[in-house]
Amino acid sequence: MLLHVSDLIKTYRGPDGAVEILNGISMTMNRGETLALTGESGSGKSTLLHLVGGLDQPDGGCVDIDGVDICALDDASRAAVRRDKVGVIFQQFNLIPSLNVASNITFQARLAGVEDPDWTRNLTTRMGLADHMGKYPEQLSGGQQQRVAIARTLAARPALVLADEPTGNLDEGTADTVLDLMLTLVAETNAALLMVTHSERLAMRMGRRLRLRAGRVA
Amino acid sequence: MRRPSLTMTGLHALLSHWWRNPIQLFTLVVGLSLATALWSGVQAVNAEARASYDAAAATLGEGEFEQITSDSGMILQADYVRLRRSGWLVSPVVEGQLDNARLIGLDPLTAPNGLGPVDMSNGQLTVDMLTSGVFFARQETLDLLGEYDISLVQSPDVAPGVILTDVGTAQRLLEMDGFLSRLIVAPAQPMNQVLFTDVTPKLTLRTPQNGTDVARLTDSFHLNLTAFGLLSFAVGIFIVHGAIGLAFEQRRPVIRTLRALGFPLRRLMALIAVELLALSLIAGAIGVGLGYIIAAALLTDVAATISGLYGASVSSTLQFRPEWWLSSMVIAVAGTGMAAATSLFQLSRMPLLASARPRAWAMQAGRGRMYQAGVAFGLLILAALLGLVGSGLIAGFGMLAALLIGAALALPVVLDRVLAFGTSRAKSVIIEWFWADTRQQLPGLSLALMALLLAMATNVGVSTMVSSFRLTFTGFLDQRLASEFYVYANDADQAAELQIFLTPRVDKVLPIQSVDQDIRGLPSEIYGPTAHATYRDNWLFLQSAPKAWARIESGEGVAINEQLARRGDIAIGDKITIAGKLFDVLGIYGDYGNPIGQVIVTEALFERLFPDSRALQFGLRMDPVDVPALTNELRNSFGLAETNMINQAGIKAFSLNVFERTFNVTGALNILTLAVAGFAILMSLLTLATMRLPQLAPVWAQGLTRARLGRIEIIRAVLLALLTAAFALPLGLALAWTLLAIVNVEAFGWRLPMYLFPMAYLRLAVFAMIAAILAALWPSYKLARTRPADLLKVFSNER
Ligand SMILES: Nc1ncnc2c1ncn2[C@@H]1O[C@H](COP(=O)(O)OP(=O)(O)OP(=O)(O)O)[C@@H](O)[C@H]1O
Ligand SMILES: [Mg+2]
Repeated sequence: MLLHVSDLIKTYRGPDGAVEILNGISMTMNRGETLALTGESGSGKSTLLHLVGGLDQPDGGCVDIDGVDICALDDASRAAVRRDKVGVIFQQFNLIPSLNVASNITFQARLAGVEDPDWTRNLTTRMGLADHMGKYPEQLSGGQQQRVAIARTLAARPALVLADEPTGNLDEGTADTVLDLMLTLVAETNAALLMVTHSERLAMRMGRRLRLRAGRVA
Repeated sequence: MRRPSLTMTGLHALLSHWWRNPIQLFTLVVGLSLATALWSGVQAVNAEARASYDAAAATLGEGEFEQITSDSGMILQADYVRLRRSGWLVSPVVEGQLDNARLIGLDPLTAPNGLGPVDMSNGQLTVDMLTSGVFFARQETLDLLGEYDISLVQSPDVAPGVILTDVGTAQRLLEMDGFLSRLIVAPAQPMNQVLFTDVTPKLTLRTPQNGTDVARLTDSFHLNLTAFGLLSFAVGIFIVHGAIGLAFEQRRPVIRTLRALGFPLRRLMALIAVELLALSLIAGAIGVGLGYIIAAALLTDVAATISGLYGASVSSTLQFRPEWWLSSMVIAVAGTGMAAATSLFQLSRMPLLASARPRAWAMQAGRGRMYQAGVAFGLLILAALLGLVGSGLIAGFGMLAALLIGAALALPVVLDRVLAFGTSRAKSVIIEWFWADTRQQLPGLSLALMALLLAMATNVGVSTMVSSFRLTFTGFLDQRLASEFYVYANDADQAAELQIFLTPRVDKVLPIQSVDQDIRGLPSEIYGPTAHATYRDNWLFLQSAPKAWARIESGEGVAINEQLARRGDIAIGDKITIAGKLFDVLGIYGDYGNPIGQVIVTEALFERLFPDSRALQFGLRMDPVDVPALTNELRNSFGLAETNMINQAGIKAFSLNVFERTFNVTGALNILTLAVAGFAILMSLLTLATMRLPQLAPVWAQGLTRARLGRIEIIRAVLLALLTAAFALPLGLALAWTLLAIVNVEAFGWRLPMYLFPMAYLRLAVFAMIAAILAALWPSYKLARTRPADLLKVFSNER
């Protein structure tokens, strides 16, 4: 099993005391699986994704990636798990503004020491990014930026890909193309994909669906 | 219920930003205050040091004038009247001891312009003087006096221990009715003048004293300190500019919202202008106070030295001089105004929506940078041209300004290229990101870095200048004031008596013979000192032929001073004519402070060339402790006036001591400048920190810890400081060179040699690094402690 989440709890301090956002979430994922995470706005989808990726700390329960309980790790070791095992794609601001496209794409792979030039070239050609390698993020359109973010994540061949509304800023046509590419590539690298989406249409194309309501899996 | 006016609502919104972000307000006020404090501190130290020097160097400035004296020390008032009647423009002086002070009576109506530090020739004071009498002195001097029926005027510019008054009052109090001490001869005299000896055969006309050399030397030093003041001003302006720019940058969202809600642009701009004016006044006042404290702390040193020389009669307190605190307030307000004008202009031109997000300082428009590079290049070329072909003091200062502004503008451009090169050469991914990210910070940091550059260049320039000056000065004093005591005889007979009197009383009497003669059409003096180890040991040549001293001593050739060499275009090996005979120039020596040319020949040669000349001056080698006793004896036995005896050992010790203290003071000011620049870096880093999250969050999400990002932040600051230091060193040396070799030559006609002090530069680089680390410490700590939630917001927020 690649991902094992059990009894995850997360609370935020609100104006009227603590608010439980996640209230005992449990789930598992294997390599090669794709899972759509849906739910109303504010239901805690992003929060769950962040906890799974080791980007934030839960208030209870644990997240287990490849047999390692990441909640018990210190900051540095959690960063290492993020670097080596997980790839995250957000709705926006995925890219490092000071680096050009080529450097952005290889960043995580080089950081994790797993850069594979042939694979990177393959990725960039299929993503249609070959002509933009020397550009800076601010010189790209939103769809292009998201493609760079996906290429960047997959270049490092992470075991677990987390995506938070990666196509939320894109029009339908572009969103479909980007998702197609993502699904194909995830399948090729035998990774697991956990994707937050608002779109039923996109969710239907994923292997499994999980709906959050009132801090629990509905 | 009254509805709040539109203006009040707007003001409330603007001010609420500071309320919510007190640290930003704090940094703005502190930045403005520090810039003001820097300027006002330097000004205060300068003004005070100058006042001390001036008082010390020449009590009355009377050394510049020819004087008429008498062997007896007294001149009949009738003789003075006869001289005036015959057309001589002379002015009487009466001096003597009153209680524990030196009372000097002058005649305000006949005294030449510029005599004395107090302008006694105007208005009510003159009337008072002519009726009941007025004492001008420092407060401490006035405190020494007993009861006199005379008005007292406190004047800090009078030398310590001296009271100035009018001739009549002085005569009355000193019981010298009908007598004068000496007469000062105005520089401009009528054309058809009767011979002076025809009018008063018993009196002697004396040329100005050589003692003013020291005064000229310190003048040069002051010019350089003034330049330092200007530099600190530039540093201050950069910091003010940075602080105000950031204040605008930080409030873009508020401003945008106000405008989106229909707040009139003009009123908004007026509100901001008024707000900034108020802030600059407050910060300026704090700055003046700070500057005063700093200067007072630094000055106890200088004051202590002067008290040491004059007894307890010198104030160790700083005068709260209006010229420096006013100028400081002007700096604060004008600097703020200048900086705000640019920002307000931008605001007036800004499209409504563009002001939403703090400007992505990322990758500034390439065109702007090209333009900046062009201006910088033009200014540097101009500086080089002025250095090569320009002449005159204006050209010298123009060159300084062009050099500094050009270099400051060039700094971001150069750093950008260096960082781009680093990015392209990086092997590891983190290092590549580090270079690229540093490059991205550059526009936001460049004002602070420019301030650091100027601070460091000033440091290098001024410490090089002051150290070179001190080294030269020490050597020069050892050389020129080698004897402990100098005595000037009034005439040849007295000289002969003096020599007989002095020989058994001191270690060695060194007669100094001299005649005035034109060399290559330039007024010069020929000296024939007695050959003595004193000279051989102490004289250093700027340039010389091989075995110069031996050959000069054998009468083969002569040595000349630098002024003569420069003005007469005379080089080593050239020949000059003295008393109709040709001599080789074998050595050229530094003669700092002397306005005219000078030639040194041996005593034997001098006697051959000028057989009729008799030495009127004597250098005395003796135990410095015995100087005061000998002074007394000479006064009593020969009636020699104070001005006939110069205690060079005292002057030398005093000068060196004051110099040493000044050196320490400049050192402290250097550190202060650096600290202020460091603070500017801190301000910029703090402001950037909030805008930097979108740049850092992706790196963090991909596996770099916050702690590591924090450490990288410190390394970045150190790297930028070191790069700036590397740029500042050549700039500072160019600055020192300009001051010593151009400005000084233009102003005074001699060139101070420039020495290098690598250890001082190294120490400076270390200081700059420490300043950078201190500046980066807090932002780095804050970054390392950023909550993940704040980083995550980057990815989900509509920014
Ligand atoms: N840093 C925080 N402090 C306090 N409350 C927070 C914080 N972050 C999120 N929340 C709250 O937690 C809840 C869940 O937020 P989350 O971002 O996970 O929702 P989401 O399901 O991703 O919504 P959306 O579909 O709009 O992206 C929201 O009610 C939000 O207000
Ligand atoms: Mg969300």
